[in-house]
Amino acid sequence: MAKFSKKKSGELPAISTASLPDIVFMLLFFFMVATVMRDSTLMVQNTLPAADQIQKLDKKDRVIYIYAGKPSSRYRETYGTEARIQLNDKFATVDEVGAFILAERAAKREELQNVLTTALKVDGDTKMGIISDIKQELRKVNALKINYTTRVGDYTQNLN
Amino acid sequence: MRRKPPEISTGSMADIAFLLLIFFLVTTTIETDSGINRKLPPMEDQIDPPIVREKNIFTVVVNKYSQILVEEKLTDIKDLRGLAMEFLDNGGGRGEEACDYCQGDRNPSSSDNPDKAIISLKNDRETPYKAYISVQNELVAAYNELRDREFINRYPNEGLTYVQADFIYSDPRTTIAQKMNLKEKLDVVKKLYPQKLSEAEPSKVK
Repeated sequence: MAKFSKKKSGELPAISTASLPDIVFMLLFFFMVATVMRDSTLMVQNTLPAADQIQKLDKKDRVIYIYAGKPSSRYRETYGTEARIQLNDKFATVDEVGAFILAERAAKREELQNVLTTALKVDGDTKMGIISDIKQELRKVNALKINYTTRVGDYTQNLN
Repeated sequence: MRRKPPEISTGSMADIAFLLLIFFLVTTTIETDSGINRKLPPMEDQIDPPIVREKNIFTVVVNKYSQILVEEKLTDIKDLRGLAMEFLDNGGGRGEEACDYCQGDRNPSSSDNPDKAIISLKNDRETPYKAYISVQNELVAAYNELRDREFINRYPNEGLTYVQADFIYSDPRTTIAQKMNLKEKLDVVKKLYPQKLSEAEPSKVK
């Protein structure tokens, strides 16, 4: 009988924490993998102008980004200093904007295709000519909702 | 004979992993972009463009030296918001076109009512983008200030300005009931001061 009564007397066995690191690492990896940063590497200078009458751009999956500005310093030798458009990861000409928008739109889910916004991330020192050309292209493919992406700040920051 | 090296304690491993986890959780705040929303006019040409009287158009030109010409007069950007508000809120119309909520001067040579008033923004191809955005910002601000005023006047119980109400409305965390309540009021104010801001195609460089 003594054999069995022995078990009852002891304290509760400590729960092993040896697998805790594994669990936490699993969580860690999940977060590292799940937070995909969809930002393409910028190949143009991109100091956005400041504005304070702004609205938030919601849901990233409803936005198509178009970048424009002078090529950044390491691309300057090949591409010059004239302002250029960047679509995804490469430089593009104005005529390619329409096809790009159509391709991006086709890749989205069907229910989102009508609510897409085109975010123009354009460097503050760019001339309006290239932006007007982009806008004309957007009108041609009926991508009418645009957003001039800006920094948060007073307009006086743009004056210098 | 050498002693076996002591086992390294793995007790703190969990702490290290937690630290990393928290670091990643905190740093990967996916930044939400913000900016000025605009709607481009559709491509198809209007068959008969509506006739707009000269006094109902407020022309703003930004030239390639970032100078601002309001109604052909050189203007400082500081004064732009005030001038635009004055124009929109003028309410010079009579009879059917009268505007009972406008608080402007009722100057007969300025706009009839906010619904008729159009701001036309023009730029050169050489205009810097940041100058253009500054002007856009000030013009949107003029609309927002007027809408704020009307919103506070009409719905003092909400304790919000138009801009704040719009922000709450577009916040995904807002409940549907609250959204419905706000949408109705926002639409009323939006209709009082519709944003009629036309972005003309740029003039060619001479």
